[in-house]
Amino acid sequence: MTDPDTPAVVRNPWRRLRQYTDARIGLGRAGVSLPTSELLDFQLAHARARDSVHSPLDVPALTQALANTPKAAALGPPLCLHSQAPDRKAYLQRPDWGRQLSEQSVAELGNLRKTLSKPPHLAIVIADGLSSRAVQQNATGFLEIFLNDLGAQAQTPYLTPPLLVEQGRVAIGDPIGQLLGACQVIVLIGERPGLSSPDSLGIYLTHAPEPGLPDSRRNCLSNIRPAGLSFGLASQRLLYLIREAERLKTSGVALKDRSNEVELDESDQNRNFLVQGKRQ
Amino acid sequence: MAGGYRYQMGSQTWRFRNLAGLMAKATPPRSGDRLAGVMAESAEERVVAQMCLAELPLRTFLSEALVPYEDDEITRLILDSHDANAFQAVGHLTVGDFRNWLLSDLATPEAIEQLRPGLTPEMVAGVSKLMRNQDLILVAQKCRITTAFRNTIGLKGRLSTRLQPNHPTDDKAGIAASILDGLLYGNGDAVIGINPATDSVAQTRELLTMVDSVIQHYGIPTQSCVLTHVTNTIEAIEQGAPVDLVFQSIGGTEATNRGFGFDLSTLREAQDAALSLKRGTVGQNVMYFETGQGSALSANAHQGLDQQTCEARAYAVARHFSPLLVNTVVGFIGPEYLYDGKEIIRAGLEDHFCGKLLGVPMGCDICYTNHAEADQNDMDNLLTLLGVAGCTFIMGIPGSDDIMLNYQTTSFHDALYARRALNLKPAPEFESWLESMQIFQNTERVALNPDVPAAFRHSLTGPDGGNPDD
Repeated sequence: MTDPDTPAVVRNPWRRLRQYTDARIGLGRAGVSLPTSELLDFQLAHARARDSVHSPLDVPALTQALANTPKAAALGPPLCLHSQAPDRKAYLQRPDWGRQLSEQSVAELGNLRKTLSKPPHLAIVIADGLSSRAVQQNATGFLEIFLNDLGAQAQTPYLTPPLLVEQGRVAIGDPIGQLLGACQVIVLIGERPGLSSPDSLGIYLTHAPEPGLPDSRRNCLSNIRPAGLSFGLASQRLLYLIREAERLKTSGVALKDRSNEVELDESDQNRNFLVQGKRQ
Repeated sequence: MAGGYRYQMGSQTWRFRNLAGLMAKATPPRSGDRLAGVMAESAEERVVAQMCLAELPLRTFLSEALVPYEDDEITRLILDSHDANAFQAVGHLTVGDFRNWLLSDLATPEAIEQLRPGLTPEMVAGVSKLMRNQDLILVAQKCRITTAFRNTIGLKGRLSTRLQPNHPTDDKAGIAASILDGLLYGNGDAVIGINPATDSVAQTRELLTMVDSVIQHYGIPTQSCVLTHVTNTIEAIEQGAPVDLVFQSIGGTEATNRGFGFDLSTLREAQDAALSLKRGTVGQNVMYFETGQGSALSANAHQGLDQQTCEARAYAVARHFSPLLVNTVVGFIGPEYLYDGKEIIRAGLEDHFCGKLLGVPMGCDICYTNHAEADQNDMDNLLTLLGVAGCTFIMGIPGSDDIMLNYQTTSFHDALYARRALNLKPAPEFESWLESMQIFQNTERVALNPDVPAAFRHSLTGPDGGNPDD
């Protein structure tokens, strides 16, 4: 199976099986090593993932994007907050710092609370997490659809303006929610980037947030991005979780997301083609 | 010495709060120990701690438990199973002298084997803290640990691979495609082991049945495993699933393992259940364990120990159950525990050395996440170093990219690189199979067949049929 144009490279005809998986199968080989094109493809994917982790959140651009979308703009101007992690290096080594607000941010939330007419039902937090790219590319688009779906409900909950957090971890929503007296908090956050998914947004819902809650008290939606879980489906699932958390007065493991249950597919017995071989 | 340890240097006296504190401060730097607040506060304090540790009699570890005997079943396991006769060969030595002994020609492979029941994980962790990377490699090379199920793992000059065909939705066609890729690149003699996306007994049975049918159909001298919780595997065995190996992630304190949802009695029950199936053909090592520095701290169960000492204690758990395979998942846990390539490489070599010295068939998931300061070059370095050290097995996945767990580990190609560069062969039974199936043209030169072997040509169309010559 050597290629007449590049005889040093042996190609793998089973590469066509990539229609069944995103795994990097059938890469071919130069000797026993990766062909140059495959080596560089991998390097590009890794570079994008690394840049997602290390590029700072462009707060002015995100603020502008929120101002340009009607539903998000109606929430009022975003409040910009910061965790106790001063920079990315500290953030990566000290997850505990990323879960706590800077002193200045605590003061600013105190000021915000004074302007609210009552404690909010839902605090909306947007944090860079481990992928600023995910937030930059997906947070505004998701939020617009979600706010639209939320507004179509019988009772529209009282919401906070978007609360943008730099160097934030998921649990940063706990002190924010508590300081505002919010019933619930959602944290839109950049997930740890995979090689083929540098732009995955995660959303975590916590009912009755306060510092020190275990992760088992949160519900999570993952892999929200154009090539993953769509904004529309994510919005519907989040609305379901918010309603259920309100009904149960808690969130986390006690709240099973039955909208997301995977049924075992008994019909796919034949898909192990290594044994069946031919079409059944 | 309950009052702590002191070390006099010139007019300055350095103090260490207790043995656990001394061990922690003597540990080469890593972010997890900083996070736990147990790391040396200066480079000088670290070396002074190493000097103090070097003068400590080895037998101290028998009288001073790092985690109290009353509180921790792993401490009880370590001390109750200690063999005082075996220990006599080094019982008069300090930790520093023990390093010299291990590197000396007195420490033959046979002498190390005889000594093993007399060693505790704390002794082994302690001496590793005084060793350079080359020491860790040289001593590990002398350790021979051979295990067997359907093939023989760990022979000299051999390097095995776990074929890891993970898929984000456990799609069988996707898993089959990755298994095919791996087999045709000569991988999979340690185990064909899937991390399931859906972690349930029903899914475990489905996947076990699938891989078992592949192993039987092609007569592959290897074993399967679905890496689910030990209690799921016990249930799958009760339901009649074809279980070769029982998997569990383990840690070095009782509290860590309780956090993982099991204790030593659970592992015993699982081992007995797997043994009762009598599915091994050349041996009966039925357990597969994964470990990794930082797991105890992340479970908030490190008991004031440094993460490397905790990790070594996990190997005492492992060796009690005669596993076929144990591997540290060294770079998976993230930069808050091992920050960069340098820390990951050091930890990988430490874990391999400690496991081997304690008698565990130690492999390594040579890996990193995208938020760690590491890249493929760091993994090449660690792979080469571990290959030289005689590492038992590594992972093999398509193109280094695990699309389910979202991290990077060694690829099928990487294993072939190590075979060629270091003249390492797969398990002998598997090597014969690769030749008979015409997957390898020449195993001596690590030369693959440029054409698709006949037995696999029908698979090129996948589950949906079509013309393979498209």
